[in-house]
Amino acid sequence: MRFRRAVLPILTVVAAILALWYAGAVLMNAQWARDQAARAGVEIGFTEIVRDTMSQERPVLPAPHQVAAEFGKTVFGTKITSKRSLVWHGWVTLSATAVGFALGSAAGILLAIGIVHSRAMDLSVMPWAIASQTIPILAIAPMVIVVLSSMGVTGLLPKAIISAWLSFFPVVVGMVKGLRAPDAMQLDQLRTWGASRAQTFWKLRLPASMPYLFASLKVSVAASLVGAIVGELPAGATAGLGARLLSGSYYGQTVMIWAALFGAAVLAAALVGLIAAIERVVLRRMGMAR
Amino acid sequence: MIWLWGSLALWAAATALNVALAGSSLARSRMVRLLIPALFGVTLLVLWEGLVRGLEVSPVILPPPSAIGARIAADLPLLWTDFVQTILKGALPGYAIGCGAAILTAILIDRSPFLQRGLLPVGNFVAALPVVGIAPILVMWFGFDWQSKAAVVVVMVFFPVLVNMVAGLAATDRMQRDLMATWSAGYWQALIKLRLPAALPFLFNGLKIATTLALIGAIVAEFFGSPTRGMGFRISTAVGQLALDLVWAEIAVAALAGSAFYGLVALVERGLTFWHPSQRARV
Repeated sequence: MRFRRAVLPILTVVAAILALWYAGAVLMNAQWARDQAARAGVEIGFTEIVRDTMSQERPVLPAPHQVAAEFGKTVFGTKITSKRSLVWHGWVTLSATAVGFALGSAAGILLAIGIVHSRAMDLSVMPWAIASQTIPILAIAPMVIVVLSSMGVTGLLPKAIISAWLSFFPVVVGMVKGLRAPDAMQLDQLRTWGASRAQTFWKLRLPASMPYLFASLKVSVAASLVGAIVGELPAGATAGLGARLLSGSYYGQTVMIWAALFGAAVLAAALVGLIAAIERVVLRRMGMAR
Repeated sequence: MIWLWGSLALWAAATALNVALAGSSLARSRMVRLLIPALFGVTLLVLWEGLVRGLEVSPVILPPPSAIGARIAADLPLLWTDFVQTILKGALPGYAIGCGAAILTAILIDRSPFLQRGLLPVGNFVAALPVVGIAPILVMWFGFDWQSKAAVVVVMVFFPVLVNMVAGLAATDRMQRDLMATWSAGYWQALIKLRLPAALPFLFNGLKIATTLALIGAIVAEFFGSPTRGMGFRISTAVGQLALDLVWAEIAVAALAGSAFYGLVALVERGLTFWHPSQRARV
């Protein structure tokens, strides 16, 4: 029953996407196949075109199985320490993401606590925190990398700073909402018990904010992965999924780009899934599971 | 030195003023509510200027705001061509096409619960992916000019808007739909008179998220290849020449454009969903 209601529709949609993908691969790669045949002076029929479009060296749109093969080869087929291994590149990106996410969300939580407890901070900082969401922050990424490297900071830290910056604001906004979630009745209750501000914070505000915190952590972990990938784009980065995308686009290695994209997708799904799992455990322990 | 201490003193004074203002009864008035964040923003700029001048930070690392302002004033035509290329040609058409396609798709799949149950999890999944990564592929397909940037924007805004619109179309409750049925309204009448208006608050949520995504998509796509104009192109080349004041000028333009775009969508939202509690509460 659960299978028919929940899994079957998803499988159908995924199958439809794959079918569309194959059709697209045939359509978009057919031109190259025809050109090659014309150059060789041979007539080719429809079946040959289809067979050729499935296995080109540099297809316009690689067929799904080509991407899967490249993905499998670079993930399982090569040694993890090798520079051709997608696991190694993924690890480089993941470590920058993790550091950036930890920095960004910690700073976000601290700022949110400050905003909730100081009216001056609330009135002066909060409008800017909201306005900053409308700014395409990623545009700063190349500059941060170059400036930091001219100051002698290279490697993981510049990327982590970009991803921290991206994961910062969702956490601030969500956490402020969460820390304000207790209603007047509950706050009054604590006041009648003579609770201090610190006690109110630890016993009421912080626990009440957990669902909001996890909702925004899920958004911000995805954002910090994007930040780490974009941080790898400029100025001669040689490692990481972003560098893989860039070198793929320089050399026209479309299969490599798609495999790197899949690596990024798997990583994003795993990170969001991890946060969701922690959320479920924590909320159940706190008796807040819905 | 005088710059350093002067700006620090000004910062302290402004912060004290802000704390006093926020604590006083004046904080209820609209003027003061606008004044406090404005004061905070201005002091940040002054502090930046003072620190850069006082500590003699090289302009290659961080130019002072005055230099950035001078650069904006001097390079206005250049900034304008970049703005036209990236925002008007890349981001806006992509935004319109992506959001339009997402709204139509949402209305189509709304008739089939099976498709909804299938597409929503996939859409949610894709909305969390680093979609910018698709930029190099689309640049290969559509060439270096604005078409490829618009395509990246279409892909980036599609799923967030789709997910919100589907949720919005499901937002009417049984009672309201029954009422439409007792009035013997057809599918289209119910859609236009009840369900589309009810979906608007959700839709605008998605549209507002999409404004930022559109700008990010258009700018980042230019890192993978572009004609010799455009904000992303200018940022990456100016960084290479260490002309950081130009980079900051572009960033200021991007920030202004992003805020204006968001503000425009928010204004339209206020006009169309004036009946919604979240809009009424603000007045």
